[in-house]
Amino acid sequence: MLDVKLRRLFTLLSNVLGIGIEPVLVNLSKGHAVESFPLLKEGQVGQGQGQEQGQGTPMDSHRRSHSNSLLPFEICENSKPHHHHHHHHRSRSRFKSGQFDDGFYVHEAIARSVYINDPKRTNENYEFTGNEIRTSSYTLLTFLPKNLFIQFHRVAYLYFLAIAALNQLPPLAVFGRTASLFPLLFVLCVTAIKDGYEDWRKHRSDRFENNRECLVLQEHGNFRPKKWKRIQAGDVVKISTDEMIPADIVLLGTSDQSGIAYIQTMNLDGESNLKTRFARQETVTAVTSESCGVTGVIRCEKPNRNIYEFAANMEFNGNKIPLNQSNIVLRGCVLKNTDWLIGVVVCAGQETKAMLNSAAAPPKRSKLEIYMNRETGWLSIFLFVMCSAVALGTAVWLVRHKQQLETLPYYRKTYLNLGPHFGEVYRYYGIPMEILFSFLSSVIVFQIMIPISLYITMELVRVGQSYFMVEDMDMHDSSCGLRFQCRSFNINEDLGQIRYIFSDKTGTLTENKMEFRKASVFGKNYESSIPVPPVKSKRRWKLKSEIPIDYDLMTLLQKEEDPSSEERVAAHDFFITLTACNTVIPVVNGSRPSKEDDGVVNIDYQGESPDEQALVSAASAYGYTLFERTSGHVVVDKNGEKIRLEVLGMHEFDSVRKRMSVVIRFPDNAVKVLVKGADTSMLSILANDKDSVWHGTQTHLNEYSLEGLRTLVLASRDLSEEELQAWQSAYAEASTALYDRATKLRHAASLIECKLKLLGATGIEDRLQEGVPDTIECLRQAGIKVWVLTGDKQETAISIGVSCKLLTPDMHKIIINANSEAHCRDLLVEAKARYGVRPSGKGHGNGKCKTIADLGKEEDEEDTAPMALIIDGTSLVYILEKEAESELFDLATACRVVICCRVAPLQKAGIVNLIKSRTDDMTLAIGDGANDVSMIQMADVGVGICGQEGRQAVMASDFAMGQFRFLRKLLLVHGHWNYQRLGYLVLYNFYRNAVFVFMLFWYILCSAFSTTSALTEWSCVLYSVIYTSIPTVIVGVMDKDLSQKTLLQYPKLYGAGHRQEAYNIRLFWLTMIDTLWQSLVVFLIPVLTYQNSSMDIWSLGSLWTIAIVILVTVHLAMDVNGWILIMHVAVWGSIFITYGCLIVLDSIPLLPNYWTIYHLACSPTYWTTILLVTVVALLPRFACKVASQILWPSDIQIAREVEAISKEHGDW
Amino acid sequence: MSTDPSTSSAAAAEEKSNKRKSKKPKYSRFTQQELPAWQPILTPRWVITIFTLIALVFIPVGLAAFSASQSVVEVEYEYDTACIPDSYKDNATAYIKDDNTNKTCTQKLSIKSKMQAPIFVYYQLDNFYQNHRRYVKSRSDEQLRTKDKENDVSSCSPEDYVTINNKSEPIVPCGLIAWSLFNDTYKIQNKDKEVVINKTNIAWASDRTTKFGSDVYPKNFQASGLIGGAKLDPTKPLSEQEDLIVWMRTAALPKFRKLYGKIETDLEANDEIVVVIENNYNTYEFGGKKSLVLSTATWIGGRNNFLGIAYVVIGSMSLLLALGFLLLYILKPRPLGDPTYLSWNKNPGGLR
Repeated sequence: MLDVKLRRLFTLLSNVLGIGIEPVLVNLSKGHAVESFPLLKEGQVGQGQGQEQGQGTPMDSHRRSHSNSLLPFEICENSKPHHHHHHHHRSRSRFKSGQFDDGFYVHEAIARSVYINDPKRTNENYEFTGNEIRTSSYTLLTFLPKNLFIQFHRVAYLYFLAIAALNQLPPLAVFGRTASLFPLLFVLCVTAIKDGYEDWRKHRSDRFENNRECLVLQEHGNFRPKKWKRIQAGDVVKISTDEMIPADIVLLGTSDQSGIAYIQTMNLDGESNLKTRFARQETVTAVTSESCGVTGVIRCEKPNRNIYEFAANMEFNGNKIPLNQSNIVLRGCVLKNTDWLIGVVVCAGQETKAMLNSAAAPPKRSKLEIYMNRETGWLSIFLFVMCSAVALGTAVWLVRHKQQLETLPYYRKTYLNLGPHFGEVYRYYGIPMEILFSFLSSVIVFQIMIPISLYITMELVRVGQSYFMVEDMDMHDSSCGLRFQCRSFNINEDLGQIRYIFSDKTGTLTENKMEFRKASVFGKNYESSIPVPPVKSKRRWKLKSEIPIDYDLMTLLQKEEDPSSEERVAAHDFFITLTACNTVIPVVNGSRPSKEDDGVVNIDYQGESPDEQALVSAASAYGYTLFERTSGHVVVDKNGEKIRLEVLGMHEFDSVRKRMSVVIRFPDNAVKVLVKGADTSMLSILANDKDSVWHGTQTHLNEYSLEGLRTLVLASRDLSEEELQAWQSAYAEASTALYDRATKLRHAASLIECKLKLLGATGIEDRLQEGVPDTIECLRQAGIKVWVLTGDKQETAISIGVSCKLLTPDMHKIIINANSEAHCRDLLVEAKARYGVRPSGKGHGNGKCKTIADLGKEEDEEDTAPMALIIDGTSLVYILEKEAESELFDLATACRVVICCRVAPLQKAGIVNLIKSRTDDMTLAIGDGANDVSMIQMADVGVGICGQEGRQAVMASDFAMGQFRFLRKLLLVHGHWNYQRLGYLVLYNFYRNAVFVFMLFWYILCSAFSTTSALTEWSCVLYSVIYTSIPTVIVGVMDKDLSQKTLLQYPKLYGAGHRQEAYNIRLFWLTMIDTLWQSLVVFLIPVLTYQNSSMDIWSLGSLWTIAIVILVTVHLAMDVNGWILIMHVAVWGSIFITYGCLIVLDSIPLLPNYWTIYHLACSPTYWTTILLVTVVALLPRFACKVASQILWPSDIQIAREVEAISKEHGDW
Repeated sequence: MSTDPSTSSAAAAEEKSNKRKSKKPKYSRFTQQELPAWQPILTPRWVITIFTLIALVFIPVGLAAFSASQSVVEVEYEYDTACIPDSYKDNATAYIKDDNTNKTCTQKLSIKSKMQAPIFVYYQLDNFYQNHRRYVKSRSDEQLRTKDKENDVSSCSPEDYVTINNKSEPIVPCGLIAWSLFNDTYKIQNKDKEVVINKTNIAWASDRTTKFGSDVYPKNFQASGLIGGAKLDPTKPLSEQEDLIVWMRTAALPKFRKLYGKIETDLEANDEIVVVIENNYNTYEFGGKKSLVLSTATWIGGRNNFLGIAYVVIGSMSLLLALGFLLLYILKPRPLGDPTYLSWNKNPGGLR
């Protein structure tokens, strides 16, 4: 599953990069520009025939949603299928999918035809899915077979099953039937109960969901409530404010004259701000609050999961009306600020986009687990060798005793008593078969050599570890009340081995809470750094946040004299532009503004871009309050004076123009075009001929950039009547055009977006999150490289880099800005030569084997030349997936800091992959926005920040938290602990099972290779399930090698994870040697002690059971780092539990081992033997441990000693 | 694309759970993993103390065990070859299988030192795999325990039924173990006087009272076909057949001893005892050895120096290790928590 997804991502990436592309800028929610790859869709279409178009990459479509286009230009463009090859690349990018070549001549067979208000006819030819949903996977009847079927997809269970099945064969019945099935049944039952419970909860929520009610237009022409599950495609539904949308519906009309509906899409994409949806003007008039006169047919694309695209057309009154994404409201959204809406259901139930999107993210596997599987391979080899040895021994023994087998009292292959079977052979199948059976039955006996229970133990331990991470108060974001979230339970230990962090900037390093900081008005800089109380309390609007204002600017605005001075007008226009030229929706709290109790009304600005919200709020602070916006007009409150501005037209932000403009008719009939946009796109269309204003603004823009502020340039122009008319006709034509609408609109915009008068510029600050510089410094000390990947401008990125201490003055900055592949390569090679970066010589093939020594050397190099690499997205286009990639890799890994600016979402994934594919190092990606999803999914560990940007990143992440600074504790403390704990857990489990199996093996060598076990079958089964499991889990969850204070104080201790100190192949082999010794001791000492005695098999078995349980428990106890009460209980308790079990087993008269333990307990020899076994077995390990701690202490060991000393001195 | 999977209510439920989840975690030392923990550090003092302690415990225990073992007097006599008449030396199997040969065998043993009562009489078999899987499983504990379960012989093959009067009758006790019951007998004379070998209470009391039924009588045992060993008195219930009970506690290893009886009189040093052996049991066919063992017992059991020696050796080794580490600490001291040993200090060019 993961593979498929990654492969798709790669194909996309290579498709994108393989074609000559033209990076295009699109508007972002953050308001800054990021290069995006418009060809993404095409790559996808070419690959998947559009069947899965929605599954592609969320970020590009997410981005596109912000254009929130009113116009269905996609379809218009697509209506020229034969020309699209000659088209501009960009227009091809809007290509939908193979199935929807032509928006107007949709093939009946492919499209869904929905007859408005005629569900019967709609469902006549083809029954569409009803609106009943089912998220549960089982019913009462199918639960057992289906659940078992799913469970047995796991290899571990199949192994269990195979062993149990083998054991059912008569010649192999090593264990009794029940005993052999016990582990499998146990695991199956536990999992089935868990699955059943989860499914029951899903059933319950489904039922609740399906029985909700909604108003549906009945045949008699009035709206009646109907249960959700009865709603069908074609039904016309009416939704009132704050109600949830039951299915995917096409808007027909709303309570608003112009057909606007505000919806909240929180359930769908997590974004809390309001979005606008529109009913087509054609249908709005035919709809009233009580009736719907619309009839017609909607032809739409097949259900798909892309929530940002919708293509359809509607046949209404003989016209074909194109419909697009802005005309559809999806299931799960909530209607806000609109009294009602009426729409027709086009997709219901399982076919709604929300339901189609419910697939879970593919699971990741931790590095430790991958290594563990490699060692499991070794254990399988051991198992095979032991079973072969037994089989070989059987062969030799059988051949040697061939003649005696008939009468040998302990073999007796034939019935020799005069009974019904006289002379028949009893369970003897000839030597070759006997050898095979001996091999198979030893597999059964030695089955726990493959530590299947380890997988269950690890899951338990990870759940426990996750509990502690979630409960950690230091990772709780009190400002927004968010706890840490573990969304993936498989990779906890990877947190302890991270070497590269790829961080998004906006919202991750910064707060993504935009604050209006500075304004350059008419070439003069104003800073609102000092909060000044409002001079006059004329403000009747209360904003959610108070904005400090600049006194000078305020005075300028309120200057009574000389109202027509150029500067004064510019300042006025500046704020009008801020107020009007945006898509922000003001939400007035509670009652209408007319109700002026205390003259203050709360107002909340909803918008898709935090920047725009910040600008509107700032304007409000200066007295220009936006308080009403419809599609036709804007009402601004200017210090109490209401100005109604008529909106003649709006050119939305698009990626080519990189600006937005709005044409406004003022109450005095003057018409102005107000424009705001990125500096690069604005400065070229200004009328100002490098005058003082131009120079002043330019200087300020540079200053703002250097300070890390995000800049926008504002300009305006008075339109003459002729210009207005020329534009209006072009605009009208363009907005009703069927083909090439986008181009025509752009052309219309170009008529007015020229010779603009520069008003000024704004500087918005996106403040660094708390503790970011410290965290980065700390992570760097821990040996983690932090790379920043941002869509921001280079200057902004560098200034943020400086302010968060990523970049320091002593660093050599290598800046790669290039426009061609050759140029990029030259720059890289030159930089490498200048700073003496050796080519690592690691190609794709052998790049994975980096030794510890290598790492050390690299770090040495770093020390001599601290370098910082700054590279932009354009250059990356020429480097990633090209030959120059390895040059970039060499250079980037030699640098201490890498900052990539203006990168597209997919490039972020590409950079992560650059490291991931060439080294064995662990990567972590952290981000908050939809544009980080690809990198979060690509990295070994993905961390999502629950920020302002919705939940897309969180949904894709493995861990989610509120602030960047939590990373410090997450990695240095929890990551370290998780890694140490799990690494030890794995080794210990290998040891625990292997020592038991080896012991059984030695005994089998003494029983004529007949796979006898001296231990009772129940003890064999319970050994890993009950006798030794509890302390393993408890220690795995709670043991703590170092306190968090020490770990945070000495970040370098994190290096233990980098050096793989807790788990590596050397430790594995050492453990195995120790295991061999211990198993020999535990086997031989009782044998030698009781060599000349009347000891019976059950007594010796009982002794072995206890001895080995005590041995492995004391072994564990010896390695515990910090004893807390619960560990004492678990460790020593498990020995008592074992005794308890033995007492119970030995009290059943029908078992041959009856009363054994009571006899043994009376004998001093028994106790002295157990003591001897424990001490002799553990002595070498203990001595080695002491010696290595004296001679070669690890960092952790020294830190532990430091901790102990300071504790002694009482200053801890 | 990963949007919220659920709509409305599911989402609302999640919302609710999110709210619950997002409650500020409560502080407790447990959840914050700050419980006071005892962190054992292997300081020199600790290490030397531990090793010395082991030595201090092990050496005395070892010496005690060794001397106890030494005080045990044990006479072991292997008679399997000695009891074959010279004429059958090359064909022992034929001799043992022949019903007509005289199996009585008289041997003399000398007692080296005084044996105090009770003296345990064991028979010892070697190369007899009582722990073979086919053998160990060939018994029916249910049948042994209750009369009603007489027919419960499924696990006893190939020694399960015999045909008597064309009817399949279950064998009680069934199975290979019972079938191969040891049947050599010993009589001991000291100074021409019969030494009584007490054969009661040689099996575990628990076996006699609970495991072997007092209402279960041997039936069809060794009735026909190949005879494996001793026959049982059909008038005595299994709970009183102590030889059988002892035999059915199968041995763990191919060389094993089983209690034959107890002598409740002392044997003096330099006594010459005469053992009359009925040599019936066929170990010759598979090369097994048979011995008679007379042994006294102490708290440690029979004569076995292993435990004592092992304890002394381990104790001494610990002492040596304690000394070794002491020397190491003196010669190459490393102050606790010495930062110069940290990896980043040893390698100053390393991490920053």
